[in-house]
Formats: sequence, C-alpha cells, structure tokens
Amino acid sequence: MSVFFGAHNIISPLGYTSRENFEALVNGKSALQKHSFSFSEKPFFCSKINEAELDKRFSWLANPKEYTHLEKLCTLSVKDIVTQSGIDLRDKNNLLILSTTKGNIDILENKYPDISPQRAYLPELAKTVGDFFKTKNAPLVVSNACISGLLAIIIAKRFIENKNYKNIIVCGADLVSEFTLSGFKSFNAMSDEACKPFDKNRTGINLGEAAASILLSEDKLSNISILSGASANDANHISGPSRTGDGLYQSVSETFKAAGKNTVDFISAHGTATDYNDEMESVAFSRAGLSTIPLNSLKGYYGHTLGAAGVLESIIAIQSLSENTLIKSLGFETPGTVEPLNVITQTKKTELKSCLKTASGFGGCNAAALFEKI
Amino acid sequence: MEVQEIIKNLKSQIVEQLNLEEVKPEDIDADAPLFGTGLGLDSIDALELIVLLEKNYDVKIEDPKESKAVFASVKTMAEYIAAHSK
Amino acid sequence: MPQLYLKKYKLENFIVTYCKIKNKSVSLNGELFFEGSQNDDLTAFLGRLYKKTELNYPKFFKMDKLCKLGILATELVIRNTPDFGTFSKNEIALVYSNNASSLESDRTHANAIADKQNYFPSPSVFVYTLPNIVLGEIAIKHKITGENAFFVSEHFDAELMYSYTNILLKTKNAASVLCGWVNVDGPNAEAFVYCVKNLNFKQENGLDEYPDQKTHNSKNIQHLYSL
Repeated sequence: MSVFFGAHNIISPLGYTSRENFEALVNGKSALQKHSFSFSEKPFFCSKINEAELDKRFSWLANPKEYTHLEKLCTLSVKDIVTQSGIDLRDKNNLLILSTTKGNIDILENKYPDISPQRAYLPELAKTVGDFFKTKNAPLVVSNACISGLLAIIIAKRFIENKNYKNIIVCGADLVSEFTLSGFKSFNAMSDEACKPFDKNRTGINLGEAAASILLSEDKLSNISILSGASANDANHISGPSRTGDGLYQSVSETFKAAGKNTVDFISAHGTATDYNDEMESVAFSRAGLSTIPLNSLKGYYGHTLGAAGVLESIIAIQSLSENTLIKSLGFETPGTVEPLNVITQTKKTELKSCLKTASGFGGCNAAALFEKI
Repeated sequence: MEVQEIIKNLKSQIVEQLNLEEVKPEDIDADAPLFGTGLGLDSIDALELIVLLEKNYDVKIEDPKESKAVFASVKTMAEYIAAHSK
Repeated sequence: MPQLYLKKYKLENFIVTYCKIKNKSVSLNGELFFEGSQNDDLTAFLGRLYKKTELNYPKFFKMDKLCKLGILATELVIRNTPDFGTFSKNEIALVYSNNASSLESDRTHANAIADKQNYFPSPSVFVYTLPNIVLGEIAIKHKITGENAFFVSEHFDAELMYSYTNILLKTKNAASVLCGWVNVDGPNAEAFVYCVKNLNFKQENGLDEYPDQKTHNSKNIQHLYSL
C-alpha cells in the first residue's frame, strides 16, 4: 500500500508556514545571520527564531509563560497541520511522533524558573505538546541524532503500512543553545562564516533553530508519497562517518531496491559542510551511481537544525516536487569533494517526479527515503 | 618548565584525560607516535588533547592544522608547551 | 507430511536470549549472573561487571555510563545467543529505548559550560549527549550495520518494542533484532536487552530452536521485563 504526504508546516526565521519558507528559498533568502551570545567572544552564524514574535503568535493558543521555547514551536507547528488537515489527534487511529535530539535543553541552562525541571525529560516535553491536542495515544519520541527527523518519517510510514495507525503527524524540532554551540565548537566543527556545503573552501557547520511538521496517511491526501526508506549504521566510529560511506550507501541501496527503482530526479542531501561529512556523501552517492543527479543541501539556508532537519528538508523537497523547482544549494561555489557531485547552482523550474532524501548523524547512523509524485 | 618535567606530567595527564584505564603513565614512550599505532588514539582524543593543553598549560593552538605536528608524540607536545608557555 | 508443512510456514518469531540489570543485580535468561555490591556507586558497579564479563575492550573506559551499561547488557545477550555469528551483520537491527535520553552526559556538559572561569567543554563528553550513541558503540564493537532506532518514553513500552521490531522482521527481512531498554538517571541504572530471532530466516549452522525461547509478543516482552 502507498503512504501519502498531507499537510505540512515549517517554522523558521524565514516564516511560520511551509509556503513562506519555500518562497524565501526560491528568492535566495537565507535564515543565517551573525548572532552574539553572552558566553562567546565571537558571534556565531546561525538561524534563531525571534522569541517575542513566537510568543505573540503562541498567545493566541495559550499562555506563553507556561511553555518553553521548543514546546511553543512544536505546538504551533502541529496546530497548523491540524488546522489544515482536520486530523483529530484524539482519535486512537492517529499518532504524533516527535523528533528531537536535545529537547528542552535550555531547562538545563535554568532559563525557566517557573517551569518544572522535569520537562528536560523528552517524554515530559512530548506529554506537554500531546496534552495540548488531547492525543489519545501518548506521542512517540524518536531521538537518533541528526537522522531523527527522516527516521521518524520512515517509522511513520512503516506503522501506517502495517496498519498500526491511519494518520501520523511527525514533528521535528531543536533549539540553538549554548549547549550545542559550545559542544560543536569543542569538535572544531563550527564555521565562522555562512556554511558552504560541498564547497572546496568549506570550514564547518552553522547551527539552526526550527520546527517542522508533516502528516503521513493511508489516504491519498496529495499526489506525493513515500515509496521506501531505510537506515543503516557505519559501525566505524561514534563521531566520524565511514570514509567509504558504507552506512549511507547501504541505506540508499536498500531504499532503491525496496522501491524497485535505480535512479531519481534529484537528491536532497545532508550536506552539513564539515570536511568529513560532505566527503563521505560524495563517496556514497558515487558508489550508488548518483554522481550526476542534481543535488542540494539546505544547510546553507537554515544551518543544521538537528532534530528538525530531516522533516524540514523533506518538506522543502516535497514542495520542490510539487512546484517542479530545483532549489540552488546555497553556499556552494567550487567543487570540493573527492568524488564528483552535480550540485545545483541555480534555482530553476524543471520537471521533477522523484526525490531521494538522505541524512547522517553522530553514532554512525544514516537514513535514506524515496519520495515520488504521481 | 623543563621539557623532561613536562613530559612526566603529560604522561599522567594524558592517561587521565583520555580515560586510558589500562595504560600506566610510566609505560608510555615519549618518542613513540601517539596516533596510528601505540596508544591508538582517535579523532576525539586529538580534540581532547587540544583541551588538555589549554586547561593544564594555558596554551592555545591557534591553527588546527598545526595539531598533527604538535601531537605527534608526548615529546613534541612537551616541546610545544615549553616554547609557548607564558 | 502436515507436520513438515506447518513447520515450513511457521510465522512466529522468538525471544531467544535476555539480560536484565536492575539494582546492581545482573541476570541472564532469568538466572543470576552477577550481584553487585550496594556500596558501589554506579561507575564502580559497571567496572566490576566489566571484569566479571571479561569484556576486554579498552574503549569501554571512554564511554559514559549509559553506553557502558548498554554495551555490557548487549554483550551478555550476544554471547549467550550461540548462533549470533551466523546472522548477516547488515540484517541485524538495533531498537533501543529509555526514559532519560542522554541526561547524565547532558548534565556533565552543562556543568562544564556553566563555570565561566573554568570553561573547558570536552568533546569526549559532548559526543555522548545523544542517546543513540549507545547504538553506535554496539554497532562498532560487533560490526552490526543494520537498521537503528532509539525511542524515548516514560516507561518501558513493550507494545512499541514489539510492533516496531515485528515490522522490521517482516518487511526488512531482518535476521534478528536486538531490543531493549537502557536507562541511566543519576544513581539509577536499569537495562533490559533481548534478542529476537526471525526463525523463518534459515542460516547455515543456525539453531532451529532455543531452550526456553518465548514467542515474540508484547505480553511476553512485558513479562520478561517485569521478572
């Protein structure tokens, strides 16, 4: 049976709807800006959502003082899905899946004196968001590093196909925080400039803040479906990817095999702009015979949004399919990977029927999924 | 500080900072390569050594590309510290 | 003739091995393997279990408590699954879960960056601030390259473990799935790791049956967890 995509939402500095976000990308607008933080001498390039604006919008739903920044993002994002689709999460056939790497990590930074520190636990965060929608089923939480969002989509597809649920909303979200900025800095992974995925002069990642939600269903809610998906572990190193791209290659091969396909119209890659990640992706895609397929990374627009990335970037890929528009891979100027890639250098209209989405993360994990428009 | 003195301290600090539980500081050969063979340190260990230099010796490696040479062995680390200590 | 026909089309999967660690007591397939001292803190307990298990794996000492716990429980399960070595590595899935995610390491990193006078965030601490790293450590040690999933829930969710594992066994032709609950929160540590074998998967030199194997369903999973 087919599993279809339905309503979707993105909340980022580029806007509070998927449409606003997609239009911003088409117009070459980036969410990345220099932001100063009290704990750092140097400012960071990152994308951060304005708190005052978020609170203003959230105040239509509930008291902003009673929710954390992340909870407000998730609730607003899921609310948009519910409003668009009419899906009722009080129905036992419907499920909410949350994808996040760090959840309310700002609770550990003592940001909310009036909110229970228990909300630092991911199930408590999920319960808070779930309670707002009076979900019949306790929301599931997927926390699997940077593949969380894409993996949550694949998990949703599997549950629907297996008839465990009829409709699943997947919501991915993560914060930009001192916690993650300082951590990635200790890894020497942060770029001082706007990041340059796949570029010869890339110097590392930017972090980004976002929430993104998408509905998957057994009903034909749109003409775009998820054909297949897979995850695999490199079994190589807990932070460095396999130099031969083993896990990503396996995920991609299994995805194609399960769908009975061997090629695709474009690739929405992970492209974090670290030396090793981008190199690894070029090797994996080359092994899979995909070196000439138009490819982009959206990290040049949003930064790395961690738990939100897989969902946010899938939504942009789905809109690319709908609108027959390839989005330029922002930040790329000069080829800089050991294996060649066909990086998209200009946003343009062209007929598109299928897309391969991939993600990779700490812990050696990788995931891939195939989306198709009928 | 004398290079020999630094070497002695570095050996225990490395064992502690990198959680090399089954290694005795006195068994570390100051001239042996730290990476590849011997202690078999990896990329995260390399980053931890940068932190070790800052934390214990107030020495910062400005250019990450220098790291390979600096961390070639305990001796090269000690020499770098001696040369850059304030 | 009918007997053979039934065996060929048997659709059940089986829990073949399980390990439970709670209150510093370690049991394997329901039998006591190691009783730790209540005077030991968690790190000391894990160190003693490491010795008792004869893990012989120096990387253990770089791990945080969550990964140490997960690696040990999984090691015991794998060692006591005699034909584990006959499974194809890319057909073994890891489906784990817990309640506290990586909060232990999160707190360590948060404390390191709270002290502005002594500001030295450690990459080897930061890398463990993700719960799925335990899957990575298990994958690296045993060269397991199949599907991964890490779920975070309030309590151990036997129904979730069962349904997702079942899907992987059916649709991904997974030869086996290592599942479980590995949770560390302050001084409290609990693990329940088990191996589910797809007995439709005919491996050369594989075992047809395990003594005490339990049919893979949520009732049996919950029962073994609660023992």
